[in-house]
Amino acid sequence: MTTPFPHSYLPHTEAQRREMMAAIGVSSADELFADIPDAFRNPDIALPPALTELELLLEIGGLAKRNAVPGEVPCFVGGGVYRHFIPSVVGAMISRGEFLTSYTPYQPEVSQGTLQATYEYQSMICEITGMEAANAGMYDGASSLAEAALMACRVTGRHSVVVHDTVNPRYRAVVDTYLLPQGVEVTTVAPGSESISDTTACVLAQYPDYFGAVYDLGPLADAAHEAGALFVVSADPVALGMFRAPGEFGADIVTGETQPIGVNMSFGGPFVGYFACRMSHIRQMPGRIAGRTVDHEGRVGYALTLQTREQHIRRERATSNICTSEALIATGTAVCLAALGPGGLRRMAELSYQKAHHAAAGIAALEGYEVVDYGPWFNEFVVKCPLSGRETNTALWRHGIIGGLDVSDVVKNGLLLSVTEMNTRHEIDALVSALGAIAGEDAR
Amino acid sequence: MTTHDISAQRAHQTLWDLSAPGRSGIRLPESDVPKQPMPDASLLREDLRLPEVSELDVVRHYTRLAQKNFSVDTNFYPLGSCTMKYNPKINDMVASQPGFSGIHPLQPEETVQGALELMYRLQRDLQAITGMPAGSLAPLAGAHGELAGVLMIKAYHEANGEPDRKVMLIPDSAHGTNPASASMGGFEVVTLPSDSNGSLDLAAVEAAANDRLAGLMITIPNTLGLFNPNIARICEIVHGAGGLVYGDGANMNALLGRARPYDLGFDVVHLNLHKTTSTPHGGGGPGAGPVCVGERLAPYLPSPVVEMVEDAERARYRFATPANSIGTMSAGHGNFGVLVRSYTYLRALGADGLRQASGDAVLNANYLRRKLEHVYRVAVDRTCMHEVVFTGRPQREKGVKALDISKRMIDYGVHPPTMYFPLIVEEALMVEPTETESKETLDAFIEVMIAIAREVEESPELLHEAPHVTPVGRLDEARAARQPDLRWQAP
Repeated sequence: MTTPFPHSYLPHTEAQRREMMAAIGVSSADELFADIPDAFRNPDIALPPALTELELLLEIGGLAKRNAVPGEVPCFVGGGVYRHFIPSVVGAMISRGEFLTSYTPYQPEVSQGTLQATYEYQSMICEITGMEAANAGMYDGASSLAEAALMACRVTGRHSVVVHDTVNPRYRAVVDTYLLPQGVEVTTVAPGSESISDTTACVLAQYPDYFGAVYDLGPLADAAHEAGALFVVSADPVALGMFRAPGEFGADIVTGETQPIGVNMSFGGPFVGYFACRMSHIRQMPGRIAGRTVDHEGRVGYALTLQTREQHIRRERATSNICTSEALIATGTAVCLAALGPGGLRRMAELSYQKAHHAAAGIAALEGYEVVDYGPWFNEFVVKCPLSGRETNTALWRHGIIGGLDVSDVVKNGLLLSVTEMNTRHEIDALVSALGAIAGEDAR
Repeated sequence: MTTHDISAQRAHQTLWDLSAPGRSGIRLPESDVPKQPMPDASLLREDLRLPEVSELDVVRHYTRLAQKNFSVDTNFYPLGSCTMKYNPKINDMVASQPGFSGIHPLQPEETVQGALELMYRLQRDLQAITGMPAGSLAPLAGAHGELAGVLMIKAYHEANGEPDRKVMLIPDSAHGTNPASASMGGFEVVTLPSDSNGSLDLAAVEAAANDRLAGLMITIPNTLGLFNPNIARICEIVHGAGGLVYGDGANMNALLGRARPYDLGFDVVHLNLHKTTSTPHGGGGPGAGPVCVGERLAPYLPSPVVEMVEDAERARYRFATPANSIGTMSAGHGNFGVLVRSYTYLRALGADGLRQASGDAVLNANYLRRKLEHVYRVAVDRTCMHEVVFTGRPQREKGVKALDISKRMIDYGVHPPTMYFPLIVEEALMVEPTETESKETLDAFIEVMIAIAREVEESPELLHEAPHVTPVGRLDEARAARQPDLRWQAP
């Protein structure tokens, strides 16, 4: 027998509960659970006691205060997640209850807001990537890339995938999680090495690559196509504000993380993986797609379309199992892109480029440090340090700076640093001087 | 004098209709560093045809779009199996603290101890709710949790030298994600029939229990909203044949504090935190689909899990990878922002509050069942759990489809229930009121449903043409699929 527990989320009064039980014909709510065998019913659940709203803010807000927040402290960590400026309209729009608390738009007449926002998101993703079609979004950039590889296997009927070693290692790990159990062979190679054959379903590349480099992908795309394979590119959408679009290079599928555009870093999620392809492959695309159509009176409207690809129709033969994805976050990216426009996105990219190159120039001038030359690059770069990446980070934290990512498995004593328009010149100068001081401490 | 509403004229505009060259919705500062040389122009793009709109354009456009949606904040939303309960605002407030929303996933662990502790506590609380000894918060949605679950089952059988266990049993009442997930895990799907009570047929499970059996994926309570009293026996049969049992926790809202999947014999269960623990659905995500597992599958959990290390001074928290992990599911650690909201919800209710919540959810569904069973036929005439499935078969005989009934509900300001699911019920209308709806709302809904039943008799054309009050009527979905228009293009 359970005792009543009044709560602001639970509107029934005890009198109403009794009235409803009488209508049903039971004398207690517990009777409604009679199908659960006695031995298993009403177990003890060891949870901490309930808190009021006031107490929740203190208790859980207290946990928030124990984290060091980039911006409050200088931070140069990137690796696929970047702190770019988020205009206030983004939060204001996506916190509206009608976007926030609605379900997947299965009933289009009462979901035109979500559907049109999704259609416009898809349109803007197509523009940025230079592709013909995009879906409503996948879980994140990594799973989006893995799903692209699976799609390439379906399109080509082949079961082997080549991944560049310049693709984010965390993305490569997710590709393995998704592909290996399905019997797909995954080979990691240096870009351009002679590894593509007539059994290769696709080549997976990253742009800018994990170490920041930007280069013409055309020859790589051509090589993939000559072997009958698809060319798949995972790209940073802010970089695409200034650099040529993967679609121009002949990419067949372009995926990536929209987090840099309008999405809080939020310790790694929720984000959204964008996914764009050629119209000719659209029926093999995973995920939801919004399309424009008309109603019975000829009025323009939007609806989910090409649903026969999806799990709720096709079940075990669906293109993917994906159902709930990241719609709200995709809308946030769309709001941000609408506010930025072409000029704003380009400026955000160029500011990041300028500041990152300023930081690299400062570090390159330091005794004991070398900026690795991978050719032209965007906003991320590898520094060879006198100490290991890990030791350098520890020392930087003593100076109150969150450093970069340890890439010593690729470059001895390598540290991957990222700079965006959010890093002030003051922060950058503090980083350079701290690195100089660390090298000096080490020399002593 | 005639008037015309200029906001109505703009109601159907896209961002591109609002666009004018040179306009912008944001100003970014000048660079504060010395000018750096730009890369070779051959690497740079020229075209970028994004819309160019002002800040107010952005706000009005998205506000107008928002107003075209039904949502929990604005409407009763009894969408079956989706648990559209109230999403407490404090959850969003807590998650938007800079110490949560502003931290980078790859910061050193020593700089994010608060975030790690929250994840550790949530992992522990979900284990308590499911009774499972271990869990991982890594999966980003329900179907992602399913994928993690089937991959664990596969890894388990392979590690035991039984890679030929390829058959995954799935009831015909299951969500489409179950067979799709099993297929992504490399399994052969065998569909099992339901008995006349809407429960999985015991004999069918027994017949499939052989050395090719990898496991069974089953939803508790099932998609008819029914708790299978034989569930423990079913788990025993599967285990007896060497298989494992996967619990789809989509309907866990019925069982909070009422039964633990571990006690019933499940080896793995995923939870849809966006359903059961009230985090907002966002028009199709974000969600979170943590998996909780028994002893056998604990070594295979997706990475990362969060561990506590007792130091001399205070506890420390760190990410860890289980010994035989199936790997990582995303580049991050899970949908952290959703996890914060979920933890806030669990702390707001505690064990007694959760038990009251599941009690009220089940009470509400049974109240609707009893009040409407004379008008709409109940698919299986039994006490239900958190949702009740009606069949519109009597109405269908009068020429009105479940689709028509659903669309007519919109005119009354109610979001339609889940239609035509589960697949085993003809003209299914699956209604899940949730515990956060008042008796007054339920009574108003009952009146609406009775009024619609009367309309079926008296004026069926009202239903065939519904909805009448929305910005658009029924859409030509055939055209949308035949001539896909998936993006804006310059005219």
